[in-house]
Formats: sequence, structure tokens, C-alpha cells
Amino acid sequence: MKAEAMNKPATATKLRLTKKLKGTNDNNLAGYIFISPWLIGFLLLTAWPIIQSFYLSFTEYSLLEAPTWTGTDNYANIFTNDNDFKTSLKVTFIFVLFSVPLKLFFSLMVAMMLNKNVKGMNLYRTAIYFPSLIGGSIAVAALWRNMFNLNGYFNHVLSWFGIQGVGWITNPHTSLGTLILLNTWQFGSTMVIFLAGLKQIPGELYESASVDGASKLRKFFHITLPMLSPVMFFNLVLGIIGSFQMFTSAFIVTQGGPINSTYMYALFLYEKAFKHYQMGYASALAWILLVIVALMTAINFLVSRYWVFYETDGGKQK
Amino acid sequence: MNKALKNHKVASHLLLIAFSLLMLYPVIWWVGASLKTTAEMSSPSIWPSTPIWENYTKGWQFSPEFTFGRFFGNTLLMEFWNVLGGVLTSAIVAYGFARLNFKFRGALFSILLLTMMLPGQVTIVPQYILYNKLQLMDSYIPLVLPHFFGGGAFFIFLLVQFIRGIPRELDEAAKIDGASVYGIFYRIVLPLIKPALVTVAIFTFIWSWDDFFAQMLYLNSVGKFTVGLALRMYVDQFEIQWGRLLAMSLLSVMPSVILFFFAQKQFVEGIATTGLKG
Repeated sequence: MKAEAMNKPATATKLRLTKKLKGTNDNNLAGYIFISPWLIGFLLLTAWPIIQSFYLSFTEYSLLEAPTWTGTDNYANIFTNDNDFKTSLKVTFIFVLFSVPLKLFFSLMVAMMLNKNVKGMNLYRTAIYFPSLIGGSIAVAALWRNMFNLNGYFNHVLSWFGIQGVGWITNPHTSLGTLILLNTWQFGSTMVIFLAGLKQIPGELYESASVDGASKLRKFFHITLPMLSPVMFFNLVLGIIGSFQMFTSAFIVTQGGPINSTYMYALFLYEKAFKHYQMGYASALAWILLVIVALMTAINFLVSRYWVFYETDGGKQK
Repeated sequence: MNKALKNHKVASHLLLIAFSLLMLYPVIWWVGASLKTTAEMSSPSIWPSTPIWENYTKGWQFSPEFTFGRFFGNTLLMEFWNVLGGVLTSAIVAYGFARLNFKFRGALFSILLLTMMLPGQVTIVPQYILYNKLQLMDSYIPLVLPHFFGGGAFFIFLLVQFIRGIPRELDEAAKIDGASVYGIFYRIVLPLIKPALVTVAIFTFIWSWDDFFAQMLYLNSVGKFTVGLALRMYVDQFEIQWGRLLAMSLLSVMPSVILFFFAQKQFVEGIATTGLKG
């Protein structure tokens, strides 16, 4: 900055002048003082770890001795010899594929239901938000394990309809399903963001549509969905990223079993790092996850051009 | 017309009640089960034949040495620092990004948004190594410290959006009166973003309460355990005492529930007014 200013004093002054005219605060020092908590944290706990993690992914490191460089061995092993990698990746993709759309659909429906002016809405909201409050805690895992036991309450309810249930969590065909259900049951944060989005849609849009005689369904597809698409996009992107990292429920409810049917990628990575202390191998796994998540997000952003509608486009839908 | 409106309202209420019950059904079962014996756990009735209040009293006494009082105390102390750090620093950082012009602001803000998408798995191993080297294992510092670095990208983003909604004329007026950027932040912006800060505080509280992974990674000695970790020891026992586990689990979620109930109006509006647009 300084050297630049000395080389081009005229442009620098001009720049400062125009900024002053615009009335903006050109205050580098104050700016950096204000953002310094984040900046320091970013450098210390994000940027530096990212670099280190990348380096470690090419090493063998057990915490006890210094890392030894092994080149691309970790990656080669992961892609050619590691069946757990394939299993966990498959399980995770299935989980993402089902849980993300289910959760989005469910939370949007609930948000629309809660976006009404009726008495006692506080109570309803708390009731419906309750499962999400208890989130990924151990408490909910304990609850889930008990409910979906062979002798659990869920099977009892099924028996009313004459259905003979299985041990949902101990059966490898259904165990992942119970985790997807658990994840859907906790739709709270997604729902709150939808609710906030719904509240921002101007009421006049619906009123004028009503005057034109539009049906409820038409209003939903032609007003609510387009107006909500940026929020939907936000929830979709974060939902996919979050689901790829699903850990707690798999760790506590099923511990990855039975027969690895719920062996999520994050759980696999955790075991490599903190159970077997293969820090280098785990770092390589983390980088593969990063690439997958980045690809998914990039695809999402590309596709979003065709369905996300921004008001700032001047009303034209791209 | 009036009658139709009334019918519509009744229908809304019925739908909401039915749905609330569906959502809460596992929770209602939970309350009943927390008073049952293990043998009765799978019985069809929701309520136990004779409530075993011992599940609560004996469950509370976690071990001869520690009660759940200790674990609740530990967790609440950690929460105090987390919420304080998160609210304070996210407001400061968000003001910087929303109102001040500095070099590379745009680039840094993009980086901030990108970190929201970064899987935690990439940084967790080096962070663990770092805290290990600094001999901060088995302390609350690895759990609390990150909250003092802006409280998380999501909150900063939320607050930046919120501050952008505050008319700049207010800043200008204060500037003419001779206020510095720090004065504007403290006297103009900070009081106006209170609803959003409530949202940050609640989210921070609930998420830290549930952040079992980090707690498990960094805390080893039972005396320092959080509620979540203590519950996990119950789950890992060879023969799970379901009644006690469910009783203590139920207690463990109470702080978040109470907090949410009292602050929920501000909570939703705090998000709504930020103009969160993805």
C-alpha cells in the first residue's frame, strides 16, 4: 500500500478524494481491528491447519514420532486396498441422497404450517422445534435406541396394525433408515430458516394473485417456491455439506454397525485418527471428503442458475 | 365469510395440535419411560404402573464421587464463556465487515463464507495436534477458545446481513456529531442489533450443549465432564440402566428447552429481519 502510494501519488490522492466524496469510511486500521478476532482465529485454527492437514496427508504420523514422508501412499491405499473406505462412502452417499430431500421437504411443509397468525403459536413452535433442540445429543441417541429396539415402542405401535416389526437398529437393512428418520425428525434449524424466508414474501403478491383468481396450489408453485428459492438453495447447500459430515448419531446410536451398514465416512475418519492414531491416513481421508464436498457445492452453484430466483435480477428468472 | 374464517382457524388449530403431538410423541413416551423399570420399558402403556422416582435420585448420583450437579455446573460454566465470546466477538467482526472499508475486505469476506462450507474433518486433526502440543488437553480451552474468534462464520454472516439493514444515515448523523467508528459501533449499532445477538446467543448455547464430538475429543477426566459425556458413560455400560439413562437424558435437554421457549419469538424474528437470502 505504502510503496504503491509513493509510486503513484496522483492516483492515490484521487482515489482518496473520490472515496471521501462518496462518504465512505476508508479506514484500514479500524477495519482490521474490528475483524481481528476472526482473522486471528482463521489463521490459527483454519488456514494453518488446512496447510498442515494437506502436508500430513502425504505422511505417516502417529503423534508419538515425527511424521515420515510417504508420498502418495495414503491415497493409493485408500483407493485400492481399503474396503472400509468404499463401504463408508457408499453409506454416506445413500444417507445424503435420502436425508437431504426428506428434510427439506418436511421442514418446508412445517414452516408453511407455522407461518400463520393463530393464538398459541409460541407453544406450537416450541413443541415442533423440541426434537431439534435436543439435536445430536446423547439423550436423543438413548431415546432412539430404545424406541427402535425389537421390543421397542415403535414395534408396539406396528403391532396395532398387525405388522411384525424387526429390531430396526440391529437389522442391517433398516439401521440406516432409522438414522435417516432421526435426522429428518430434527428439521428445526432448516425449518426456522424457511420460516424466516416465508415471512419475507410480501403479502401483496398473494393478494393480487387472489384477485386474479389463482388457486392455493398455483400460488404455492408460482409465488412461494420462486420467492423461497434462495433460501431453499441455502438450506440445500448447507444440508448436503452437513450430511456428508454426519457423525454423532452413527457414533452413538449404531456405532457404525450392524455389519457396517451405518459406517458413515466421518465415523470411519474419526476411528482412523483418534482410535488408531493414523493421523496421516485420516488427513488424506479428510482431503478426499473436502474434494467431494467442494464438487457437490460447485455443482449446486452451477445448477442453481436454472432454478434460483433473485429479486435483484429485476424480476427475470434465469 | 366470518364463519368460514372461523372454521379455517379451528382447522389450523387442529392440524397444529395433531402435528405437535406427533412430533412430541417420542418425548411423551420418554417422560413415562424415565419412570419405568428396565423390565417395563417395552410395555405398551406410556405411563409406568408404579413410577420409579429412584431413576432420578439414583441417576443423579452418577458415581460415589460425582453427581450430575457437577456435570451441569461444568457445562454451564463452559456455556457462559462460549456465549459471551460468541456474542461479543461476532458483533465486533460483523460491524467491521458491514460498515468499514478496508483493503481486501471483499476477498476476506468471501473467505469467511467459504469457511462455512469447509468440512471440520480437515482441520480437526491439526487442531488436535496443536492443542496436544500446547498441553491444553483435558481443559476447556479448546472448546471455548474458538468462540472468541468471531463465534463462527455463520453468526458473522447473519449479523453482517442484519447490520446492512440498518440505515447508514444513523451512522452519518453520529459521525457529524463527532463520533468515531468505535463510538458508532458502541452507541448506534450495538443497541440496534440486540435481537440478532439473542439469536446468536441461543444458537451458540444449544449447539455447544450438543457439541459432543469436541467435548469427547478434548476432555478426559470425569471431574471435568460435561453432561453429554457423562450420559455417554451410561450408554457405554455393559448393562444399560435405561430408566436412569432416560431420566438424566431428559434433565439434560431441559436448559435448551426452557431457553428456547422464553426467547423463541426473538429467535425467529432475529433471523427473519436479517434478510437471510442465501
